[in-house]
Amino acid sequence: MNNLNKTIFIATATILLGGVSISIVSANSARDAIIEGFVDEAGMEASAERGKILFESNIGDGKPDTPSCTTCHGATALKTGMTRAGKVIEPMAVSKNPERFIDLKKVSKWFRRNCKSVLGRECTPQEKADFLTYMKSK
Amino acid sequence: MFHNTNSLKMSLALLLLTTPATFGDERYDPVRSEIVLKECGACHMAFQPQMLPKRSWDRIMQELSDHFGEDASLDADTKEQIEAYLDKNAADSGWWGGKFMRGVKDNMTPLRITQTPHWIREHDDEISAQALAAAKSRANCVACHPRANRGDYDDD
Repeated sequence: MNNLNKTIFIATATILLGGVSISIVSANSARDAIIEGFVDEAGMEASAERGKILFESNIGDGKPDTPSCTTCHGATALKTGMTRAGKVIEPMAVSKNPERFIDLKKVSKWFRRNCKSVLGRECTPQEKADFLTYMKSK
Repeated sequence: MFHNTNSLKMSLALLLLTTPATFGDERYDPVRSEIVLKECGACHMAFQPQMLPKRSWDRIMQELSDHFGEDASLDADTKEQIEAYLDKNAADSGWWGGKFMRGVKDNMTPLRITQTPHWIREHDDEISAQALAAAKSRANCVACHPRANRGDYDDD
């Protein structure tokens, strides 16, 4: 590469990578704000450990076809899952899927639905904070 | 009107291209609503509304909090928009009478496409145990019909 080409290449790469890192930074801050909202509501610190237990436990208090989050989401947060209708669900772990949990409306919709399906009730703010903190840590 | 055979041919070709549903045997208008594709398609293929009568869609949309064993509830505004699209494109929405109305009696409100007489006749026990295990569910049309998303089931 001659010097001009090299300069153009570096400039392009900087712009592109800069764009990517800016979008990850803004996704991270959007997610952190959502988690913080639930922590505030709960009035106590979130626990990734409790979030893991919530995600992986066989709860069985909701609808019979969905006893656990892992029924559809795959055995661990890092794995892909599958809906009962055969559609692939991308992993829940933020490391695997950086677009997770950055839209409060979407997060609220799925908590409402899936907590009712698995636990037979809405999740508490503390459970939501724990769950998201765990997914963020994975 | 036609000055030469070429323009006649081109017009015929255009006519054929723009009216696929008339000629294909098992072709349906693909879902054209972004909100239907996004919301219904989050868990399963967004089925073409031509596959159930209006009364079926109405009942499905009234029972979203227990949607075949899961909570699929929606906010009121989203629900209304989806209902409008389903009603407008349901099997019995046009004057021609959709294929999926065949054999559906007035007192029948099928809640699953796979329980309609047309679906049953078309599949006629041809789904093997292996094919069903791979698809995981009869609701997974694309497992066997790769162009099902586009409303094209003309592959068998």
